[in-house]
Amino acid sequence: MGRVLEEDFQVIDHCLMIRLPAEVDHHQAACICEYADRLLYREDVCNVVFDFENTTFMDSSGIGIIMGRYRKISCFGGRIYAIHVNRQIRRILGVSGLEKIVEVLEA
Amino acid sequence: MRNEMEIIFDARSENEGFARVAVTAFVTGLNPTLEELADIKTAVSEAVTNSIIHGYENLRNDNTLQGRQEPYHGGKVSVRCLLEEDMLHIEVADRGVGIADIEQAMEPLFTTKPELERSGMGFAFMEAFMDELEVESEPGKGTTVKMTKKLGVGDWIDSED
Repeated sequence: MGRVLEEDFQVIDHCLMIRLPAEVDHHQAACICEYADRLLYREDVCNVVFDFENTTFMDSSGIGIIMGRYRKISCFGGRIYAIHVNRQIRRILGVSGLEKIVEVLEA
Repeated sequence: MRNEMEIIFDARSENEGFARVAVTAFVTGLNPTLEELADIKTAVSEAVTNSIIHGYENLRNDNTLQGRQEPYHGGKVSVRCLLEEDMLHIEVADRGVGIADIEQAMEPLFTTKPELERSGMGFAFMEAFMDELEVESEPGKGTTVKMTKKLGVGDWIDSED
């Protein structure tokens, strides 16, 4: 399953890049939120990019992670992007209605 | 063909992945499509997560940066699967706190624990990815989530990817 590592979180050009683990569920969620929020508060972050390249599974916990980060940055005009989105992740984003706040970028 | 299995495990977040994989392994003999497997995985994950964090009120997740450890409360979650021909029945049960107002709990975006940054989409996902969903609960006694899905109805040819 793989643990969430600090190197999966990087701030590049006011963008927080988050490389998500293979399985995004409730078990991993707390850790991802903690790492992300550390950088959100410390660094000068405007937008957040979620990288789904390694992700094969995500449940509604992932939706909670994205919604939580959106709440923190949207009041300052920040945006949420998703890259390397596969079919399963796209379905999850669609069913949850999150496609309205997440911009899916094609590679 | 009729085939049945049941697993019982500790209500800890580590076991969410185990439960998903166990159920998908159980149905692989029926040659489900990748999409069907993904649907089942998601639905099981939602139900088991609900039992752990709501049924047993496991508010703290051990998998945090501080690695804080909560004393384990001893609660168990059971997942029962029954295959009847191409119908898959899944029952996820706990003996936790139960749900007082099931209708309200099933509303999309409703959550009793907003501080956990949960989406409130758990039951909505179970409904979306399974054919039938039934919730039985009694406050103080526990909750049983029953889900049904017909397998082998997915597209033969993946239209995308």
